[in-house]
Amino acid sequence: MTTTIRKIARYGVRDLVRSRWLLGYAGFFAAATWALLRFSDSETKALLSLVNVVLFVVPLANLVFGAMYLYGAREFVELLLAQPLRRRELFAGLYLGLTVPVSLAATVGIAAPLLFQGVSAATLRTGALLGLIAAVLSAVFTGVATVIAYRIEDRVRGLATALGVWLLLAVVYDGIALLAAVQFADYPLERPMLALMLANPIDLARLVLMLHFDVAALLGYTGAVFERFVGGTAGLIVAAIALSTWVAAPALMGARLFRRKDF
Amino acid sequence: MIEIQGLRKRYGALQVLDGVDLVIHPGRVTAVVGPNAAGKTTLIKSVLGLTRPDSGTIYVDGKMIDDAGEYRARIGYMPQIARFPDNLTGADLFAMMRDLRGAGASRDEDLIDALGLRSQLHKPLRVLSGGTRQKVNAALAFHFSPSMLFLDEPTAGLDPISSSVVKDKIAAERNAGRTFVLTSHVMSELEELADDIAFLVEGRIRFSGPIHDLKKETRQLSLERAIAYVLETGAAA
Repeated sequence: MTTTIRKIARYGVRDLVRSRWLLGYAGFFAAATWALLRFSDSETKALLSLVNVVLFVVPLANLVFGAMYLYGAREFVELLLAQPLRRRELFAGLYLGLTVPVSLAATVGIAAPLLFQGVSAATLRTGALLGLIAAVLSAVFTGVATVIAYRIEDRVRGLATALGVWLLLAVVYDGIALLAAVQFADYPLERPMLALMLANPIDLARLVLMLHFDVAALLGYTGAVFERFVGGTAGLIVAAIALSTWVAAPALMGARLFRRKDF
Repeated sequence: MIEIQGLRKRYGALQVLDGVDLVIHPGRVTAVVGPNAAGKTTLIKSVLGLTRPDSGTIYVDGKMIDDAGEYRARIGYMPQIARFPDNLTGADLFAMMRDLRGAGASRDEDLIDALGLRSQLHKPLRVLSGGTRQKVNAALAFHFSPSMLFLDEPTAGLDPISSSVVKDKIAAERNAGRTFVLTSHVMSELEELADDIAFLVEGRIRFSGPIHDLKKETRQLSLERAIAYVLETGAAA
């Protein structure tokens, strides 16, 4: 990482850590974690519920907030582009300046109540994994937000697209998977289902967490298939590689769009 | 010196720049004027590297501009719209730019004082009024004592006093040998500040050269009337 990237990212972080929105976002996770721990029968149940909250909220918040932030920064980016910097470095700085604080906000929000409530070591381990997944998903979806913001000129259309992407991946996708499973029930479905799951970062994240909880069968057809197909550690590694790809690909695509864009 | 040759840029169906040839002479103030959507901002953004032209070349001080953008260390830019990160303060903003520009030579803080910004610098930029943000924008463009300054509507949104302060600053820095490229819709202001004029209509240069040449050719007394005359008669080249 060049010093230019670090400098740009540092001011991005400074801007966002003072943002009330981000404070509220971290506060939301802290409150949700605390409440679930407090009012669930067991710590495992609390964390399972928290998984669903994270998988629902993190993609939505990062897509919408990320796109709004990037559209709002448009004029400032023009000013930065007029400075003696390379576009590649400027993009990397802007991306990190956005991704690092939003990832940390979710992670810290989840971690703080777990640490303060003095939960068991096993719960702490699961919580750590959940925090990590929240951070990874944040990076994935701020990356997708850069693609949207630098691809679609119009702010309103961009925000609508961000919402559309979220609806597709978080809601419609599982429905389609289920429909396909029912329609083609007579065929061997393991491979297509596997492909379908690797193609959706939210499903992937759910899978990693479920494999950890050892309750994959409870969570949809794709999870059950994957556990039987790969199982345990091997599945975890495959999923981790796929998730890393999901972090890198949108960010690289965003960088490419940014490099060629007319501001 | 900035030399622009055969610059073309198309956005979809719209040919914004349609073969612009222009030389911007050092130590002078060049005003880029033209009707709305004539391509003024696109022309400036092309020189800064914000917009990639479809064809044509741009030389700054004899070197073709490139993505590394080292030439931009000699340029100060004041964009038309001043929007900054909400939660940074003015002081943060200046510090950030100083960080990015590196430990350069002199820092010009004249405008910070002359525009009364000193007391505003510790506030988040989000709470500043549009006019105050525009003042920050102006002070920032001059801060690094660049040899070339691109000011896009520098006095728009400023009160008369601040506007005069900025105009005085432009005149003083021009006399100190700096090059200016500015756009404005206020012709009297350009008449006061500019030496040369680049008159852009529908993506082409209709006239470029000293203002008094344009006035002489069109036999008009004011810049505004000279430009109206050119537009009406299709004269000059």
